[in-house]
Amino acid sequence: MNNKQESMSNTDQYEQISSDTFLRGLWKENPVFVMLLGMCPVLAVTNSAINALAMGVASTFVLLSSNALVSLLRDFIPKQVRIASYIIIIATFVTMVDYAIQAISLDLYNALGAFIQLIVVNCIILGRAEAYASKQPLPQVLLNSLGMGAGFTFALLCLGSVREILGTGSLFGLMLFSENFQPWVIMILPPGGFFVLGSWLLLFNYLAMRKKQNISLNQDVTLRQESSDAG
Amino acid sequence: MAAFNHLKNNSSDWLMLRALVLIATISGLLVVMSFSLSKPYIESNKQQAIDKALFELVVNASDKKEFIIAGDKILPASELMQLKQEQSSEAEIKPLYALYNKQEKLISLALQAEASGYQDKIQILYTFDPKCQCIRGIKVLKMAETPGIGDKISSDKDFLQNFIELDTSLNEDWGTLKNKIVSVKHGKKRHLWEIDSISGATISSSAVARMLNQSAQQFVPIIMKHLSFLQSKVLHRKPGQQGKAVLELSHE
Repeated sequence: MNNKQESMSNTDQYEQISSDTFLRGLWKENPVFVMLLGMCPVLAVTNSAINALAMGVASTFVLLSSNALVSLLRDFIPKQVRIASYIIIIATFVTMVDYAIQAISLDLYNALGAFIQLIVVNCIILGRAEAYASKQPLPQVLLNSLGMGAGFTFALLCLGSVREILGTGSLFGLMLFSENFQPWVIMILPPGGFFVLGSWLLLFNYLAMRKKQNISLNQDVTLRQESSDAG
Repeated sequence: MAAFNHLKNNSSDWLMLRALVLIATISGLLVVMSFSLSKPYIESNKQQAIDKALFELVVNASDKKEFIIAGDKILPASELMQLKQEQSSEAEIKPLYALYNKQEKLISLALQAEASGYQDKIQILYTFDPKCQCIRGIKVLKMAETPGIGDKISSDKDFLQNFIELDTSLNEDWGTLKNKIVSVKHGKKRHLWEIDSISGATISSSAVARMLNQSAQQFVPIIMKHLSFLQSKVLHRKPGQQGKAVLELSHE
């Protein structure tokens, strides 16, 4: 009974579904470029575009399914054991992904190495479960997780494709340049991850700053116009 | 029972337990289901990976035949089922791959070996050349070593140089190796049976040495004893009775 009453009163706090529910993760709250979460796989497995894509898809699947289960069970899981429950749920889906990737391709599995298992401790997933899925109903959670997963995959692909093009001269395994191309090997080595991530962050922060400046500039202009009109 | 009632009366304890048990049950069902669904695909992938590794290690091989080492005997792999039925408590059955060139001559044998590395088991495939009684190459099948450090055992050129001719010659009584395969500090390799470690990845390097030593000590004597059986590819082309006859001959 108590639970029911609580969830009834909770309905006011539920988010209205809008395009923002999905798009937020892709851009405004992008887990990598804005929230800077889950840096470990972002830096480690983005040495090629295909690895980045596989990691992104695997993380999205875990994010989507674990958060769906968390959302369905949100009134059933007492506060005191919530973290333990979330970790079990996440670990379950990570194990499933692990088996699935082994079944699809062992080469891919070996390329991703220990990082598939490490999705368990990816803070994007636990963070979403704690901050969103445990408070919102299923449709919102599905949309939001899908957005976050797409944002994460997008970010991984941004890094992976740049590193693969510069580091090996190919994209998704297809050679882009002629034989004379000298690959910039450091880009597929660990330091390259930091360089490329830094450059992307620089670009996104610059874009965000310019947008902000434009807005304030426009406000200034309109203010001035208004004052001159009045004068 | 009293404790159970107490638990039930104390409602928040009961709720916690109920939630955790339910979640663990769902988790268990999902994990077991995905394991059994993916198992056949994973096994066939592994077999393909082994085949690929075999022909990469032994470039001039044109044909492969599978055997099993059971105890101190070597049988064609087709007799595996029969063997399992006869001796349900067989101690250890190990796959052995024999590689032949175009003239149907045995050029190399391959075995799997494994040992604990830095994080998880390392599984490798190595080729054994009976002519020089040495290991001719290794290929890592599975590992979870630290990326950039321990995982160099599969890519570091200097490290792989160790296995172009790693001495595994036997004692005079053909019981054990003349020299134990050991890993030595980087740059300290003096003998053909020593493995020059990767600096910074000592644990992974010594794991490779350990698994090769263990596997070679156990299997090289058996292989050398049955060499004539393995060499005669034409004779045991047809599995079954003919294969058995050949085996008995080679035992004499």
